[in-house]
Amino acid sequence: MNFSPAIAPAGAAHEDTPDVEFRGVSKLYGDVRAVDGVDMALKRGAFVSLLGPSGCGKTTCLRMMAGFEQPTTGQVLIRGADMTHVPAYRRPVNMVFQHYALFPHLNVEANVSYGLRQRSPAPPASEVKKAVAEALAMVRLGGYERRRTWELSGGQQQRVALARALINRPAVLLLDEPLAALDRKLRREMQIELQNLQRNIGITFLLVTHDQEEALSMSDQVCIMRDGKIVQAGSPRELYDEPVDRYVADFVGRSNFFAGRAGSGANGTIPVTLANGFATQGRSPTTAAVPRAGETIVLSIRPEQMVMAGRAADLPGDVTSRLEVVLRNRIFLGEHIEYLVEHATLGEFLVLIPRQADQGDRFATGDTVSVGWRPKAALVLRSTAAQA
Amino acid sequence: MKALRLYVVFIYIFLYSPIAIIVIYSFNSGRYAMDWQGFSTEWYGKALSNPLIVEALLTSLTIAGATALISAVIGTLAALGLQRVKGLCRNVFDGLIYIAIMVPSVVIGIATLVAFVTLFDIINPFVEAVLAFRFQMGMWTVIAAHVLFNIAVVCLIVRARLAGMDRSLVEASEDLYATPLGTFRQVVLPLLLPGIIAGALLAFTFSFEDFVIAFFVAGSDITLPIYVYSSIRRGVTPEINAIGTIVLMTSFTLLIAAQLIMRDRKQRRVGAGG
Repeated sequence: MNFSPAIAPAGAAHEDTPDVEFRGVSKLYGDVRAVDGVDMALKRGAFVSLLGPSGCGKTTCLRMMAGFEQPTTGQVLIRGADMTHVPAYRRPVNMVFQHYALFPHLNVEANVSYGLRQRSPAPPASEVKKAVAEALAMVRLGGYERRRTWELSGGQQQRVALARALINRPAVLLLDEPLAALDRKLRREMQIELQNLQRNIGITFLLVTHDQEEALSMSDQVCIMRDGKIVQAGSPRELYDEPVDRYVADFVGRSNFFAGRAGSGANGTIPVTLANGFATQGRSPTTAAVPRAGETIVLSIRPEQMVMAGRAADLPGDVTSRLEVVLRNRIFLGEHIEYLVEHATLGEFLVLIPRQADQGDRFATGDTVSVGWRPKAALVLRSTAAQA
Repeated sequence: MKALRLYVVFIYIFLYSPIAIIVIYSFNSGRYAMDWQGFSTEWYGKALSNPLIVEALLTSLTIAGATALISAVIGTLAALGLQRVKGLCRNVFDGLIYIAIMVPSVVIGIATLVAFVTLFDIINPFVEAVLAFRFQMGMWTVIAAHVLFNIAVVCLIVRARLAGMDRSLVEASEDLYATPLGTFRQVVLPLLLPGIIAGALLAFTFSFEDFVIAFFVAGSDITLPIYVYSSIRRGVTPEINAIGTIVLMTSFTLLIAAQLIMRDRKQRRVGAGG
């Protein structure tokens, strides 16, 4: 999968210059702030995702990088050069569109070579042919040159779109929900393929997606967006383990949330009193400020961080917070079993137990069991309302 | 149900029997249009060797060809321009386009006649003084009048095609370094071409078979429908039937071609979506 471009990439800047940089970029549509003061720098060779629900401004950010939209305020830099007002056709970035946007009147070869053929002077036909063959080999579509695009399957069209973009060796490859139209199994394959491709050719990838699993599994860095702002940017692990607020904790993976009030803590452990008066402890994520004593907070505990036992006495010793609950539902997930449990005053929440530890499905619906968590597993987050 | 089916059959007979009779009697070997003497194609030969008919045919073909060409260019540009217009302005333009198609030929004929007469009255004294030449009614005024409503025809067809075109194709082309002109030449135009050709074929047909407008503004030039009209006053001969059949078949062929071109594209697009 070695890709040696027959035609050299245009313009090489200093290694430390970010491939794309946003400086205070905002975009207004009438009164609506689609993008609101975004600062962002894509490190060279990174695989970055913009993750958020629809309407959060992620696609607008992508379109401003490509040059299809102009920011209302702020600057867009590509490899250190100000491109804020440069039209799309003069920007060294390429995009894979959501529905691929392959030209229906051109065959695969003409589609893939389209970018090269726009250069002036036009590169020699033999070089174009060679580059197309390499690009198609790279996406495992060697020999498909003469095919019409509409004869190809969704996954193949996707690969043609990739080859058509990558043949130009862009500073950044922009991917707009590229896997949304594929079925589940194919999507998983393409995720792995995209990841390998990115590592092999070393081009910076920027993926826009609303699928958190996709973003987490593929990216080096994920930017979580909400209402036009980047809420948190970090490695997938950081976002999962150290979310800055309830929104991120909820969006990345699943979590149980309990409202409560923070006490004044020491050594990183914060005493928390839940709404029903239950006293427990948690820790503040390293990415957010420690809440003041008396502040309203949300305690977040991931379902897989919960521990379950038949009796409270059977829970491990370091599980200091213990609740007696009734099993309401049990879902078999293969390697895990997911329990929906109900506490008399805290309501329902989820507990995820690996099957080995489940010891032959000891618990049945209706049983009264003990669940608990370790202080390190409980994150004290400022509730979204308090932040806004 | 059976009665209903019979009713439909009668309607079609009612609609098409006059046309069928013209076609059938164009192969009559007798001298009189409605007096069947036997099968023959001699009237086609006679019609096509009549210099008056050939001249009228050439005039009609020239007018139709020029109308198709000019309407295709202006109509396509209009469709492209209207694509960027939004809101109330767009509704007004849309309405005006439909009106241009629905205005009866008589009205277009009278309106353009008055317009040309007025215009020529104003500019001819100056033109005559400078160039020793006057503008007159003729082939060119017919073309102008035909272009008038055929722009709307082409515009509507091209716009339908444009609306079905994936906007991201234009963006993909720009993203791949094509300048706006390059994008138009390499992506927009090839994708619109079936619509443009279909529109041009329709414009050709409408222009070729038009009698009413040409009657008003043709001046001393004679188009094929005008020739037919004037010779019918001397009695209907199988020659007229032959001309009618030729005109009919020309229109028919072009309309079918236009339909086929448009349908082919639709099928392809559906194929591309899957």
